[in-house]
Amino acid sequence: MAIFQARTWLSRSFSTLSSHPLRVCVVGSGPAGFYTAEKMLKAHQEAEVDIIDRLPTPFGLVRSGVAPDHPETKIVINQFSRVARHDRCSFFGNVTLGSSVSLLELRELYHVVVLAYGAESDRELGIPGEDLVGIHSAREFVWWYNGHPDCKNLDLDLKNTDTAVILGQGNVALDVARILLRPATELATTDIASHALAALEESSIRKVYLVGRRGPVQAACTAKELREVLGIKDLCIHLQEADLPKTPKDEEEIKNNRIQRRVYELLSKAATTGPSHPRSGQRELHFVFFRKPDRFLESDERRGHVSGVHFEKTVLKDVGDGKRIAVGTGQFEDLECGMVLKSIGYKSVPVDGLPFDHQKGVVPNIRGRVLHDTSGDATLLEEGLYVCGWLKRGPTGIIATNLYCAEETVVSISEDLNLLASKASLPKPGREGLLHLLDNRKVKFMQFSAWEKIDSTETRLGSLKNKPRDKLTTWEDLLKVARE
Amino acid sequence: MLVSKVSRAGILMLRGLSRGKLTPITRAGYIQRPYGQYLQPWFERQTETKVFQGSIFLKHHNFSTTTTANASEEGSEKEETISVTFVDKDGEEQHIKVPIGMSMLEAAHENDIELEGACEGSLACSTCHVIVMDVEYYNKLEDPADEENDMLDLAFGLTETSRLGCQVIAKPELDGIRLAIPAATRNFAVDGYVPKPH
Repeated sequence: MAIFQARTWLSRSFSTLSSHPLRVCVVGSGPAGFYTAEKMLKAHQEAEVDIIDRLPTPFGLVRSGVAPDHPETKIVINQFSRVARHDRCSFFGNVTLGSSVSLLELRELYHVVVLAYGAESDRELGIPGEDLVGIHSAREFVWWYNGHPDCKNLDLDLKNTDTAVILGQGNVALDVARILLRPATELATTDIASHALAALEESSIRKVYLVGRRGPVQAACTAKELREVLGIKDLCIHLQEADLPKTPKDEEEIKNNRIQRRVYELLSKAATTGPSHPRSGQRELHFVFFRKPDRFLESDERRGHVSGVHFEKTVLKDVGDGKRIAVGTGQFEDLECGMVLKSIGYKSVPVDGLPFDHQKGVVPNIRGRVLHDTSGDATLLEEGLYVCGWLKRGPTGIIATNLYCAEETVVSISEDLNLLASKASLPKPGREGLLHLLDNRKVKFMQFSAWEKIDSTETRLGSLKNKPRDKLTTWEDLLKVARE
Repeated sequence: MLVSKVSRAGILMLRGLSRGKLTPITRAGYIQRPYGQYLQPWFERQTETKVFQGSIFLKHHNFSTTTTANASEEGSEKEETISVTFVDKDGEEQHIKVPIGMSMLEAAHENDIELEGACEGSLACSTCHVIVMDVEYYNKLEDPADEENDMLDLAFGLTETSRLGCQVIAKPELDGIRLAIPAATRNFAVDGYVPKPH
């Protein structure tokens, strides 16, 4: 109740005490960016919100991350489109933080800058052989099948091997396994990128390993995704019963965690149902637990190419605080494969002028307020600078997680604006200033109407192929259609 | 949510107009959306969602009509409704009348109640999470299907009497039901990770 009253009072304060509108810039147009924009527009009736994104197409991972066979998850785009079309909101695509405009410049142009640009890089394993051909991050593979223009030309070879190893057992790992193992005919009616569909139609991959360092109790995926992959037609599931037994510590971990409990139940049911003897050519999915990658093996016939992964067997060790980590046992085992996809986590990328915690891969912040450095000193704040989404919390959670993340950041902003208003704040150039700057720099920004042209082109092309859309996947095509 | 006020008459009229519109569902649960559906104004889409609701509710049919459509077809002015109270995260109550067969999510949106619905009722998110405040009413609901439980796994502030608002369909036995919209919590993690206090 108090927060609600405080929020409305705070939002009125800024506009009554100051005679100019609040200018807000949100960097990044994924869920974090759009939920933040929506809440700012609602909480501050005079605010103008500009959303910038380096791609001409908005929506971040909703467009480039959510799997093609999960169209219902993308419905939230309708809500985000309504925000973009709000009369106090403007979308600027093809504007890159760092090159089109610097962080310093944005902070001069706007009262409030919220960085919500997510995580466009990958955690590394740091083990030998990691740069062999045939090893990619799951992020790159996902961008490839989702038609992200940066991964159109990913050097992927699905024809030189019948086995792929996926490191990690989260939902991204399951997505990637599913796309590799689903019959291509099922993918043909989704919005999967055409080049990916063509490659998957010719793929020789029949066996996929999903490898985790820890056990089934610790698997990071969730029930819906697991249920879905276990239900794929003609797919043989392999799971060692020996990996299943729960220790008392496992029982305790599961006791208060509904997600882990239901995931474990699904995995144990899959193990006891047992693999039917695979017909030749039938596809296989193997869940492998308690294996930590030690190094990648290089092929003798194809120098520079990966031919397998050398794993160390692990056990779980208590490290205090109720936490357990996987530690090596000194016993090793190899898995042969021609492709490896690392699904061990995304990582954010810093920009000039932005405090960054390189260890955690996030911007140091307290409830969304950016801190001056990583010392944890809460009194040293970067005024007017905020974060939301993965850049703030790390690369975990679902789309809805950003709802609450944005709520928290917007409350922090509103509290700070109230303090600012009492010290006669200055007007800022905002949108006009940004347009002027981009014009001087000859940056060809794309407004939301440009995305609408891309959208209707993709939908029209898709209808010719019985797909909901046929994505434009090169910068060239996207910019050409946007400017028509 | 940025919802512009739409007149009740407008909604009733549109519901009538779109009564014939049915949304086929394939086995994979994929919905063929009409071209440019994202361009439709909010209130039209809610009507489509309601028909979809009925489709999910009567799970075994590929095409289905909702009980609401049947009720309206009788042409009587007085639709059968139940009383529902929404309690928002600040404790404020809103008493509304919900026609039999309508989902709580749609009813909330028709009455400008702030209940998120990111996937618009397709069981692909947990944002319409509501807490049934009285256990006797919770017990009157059909058990959630696996698909709903999978989404409830991810809901914030999950309780023993939590349900997804898009899956709670108004029926006479639920007259007087009270639904709380959960407060945002600071524990954002979906993978069981408990953040260290700082």
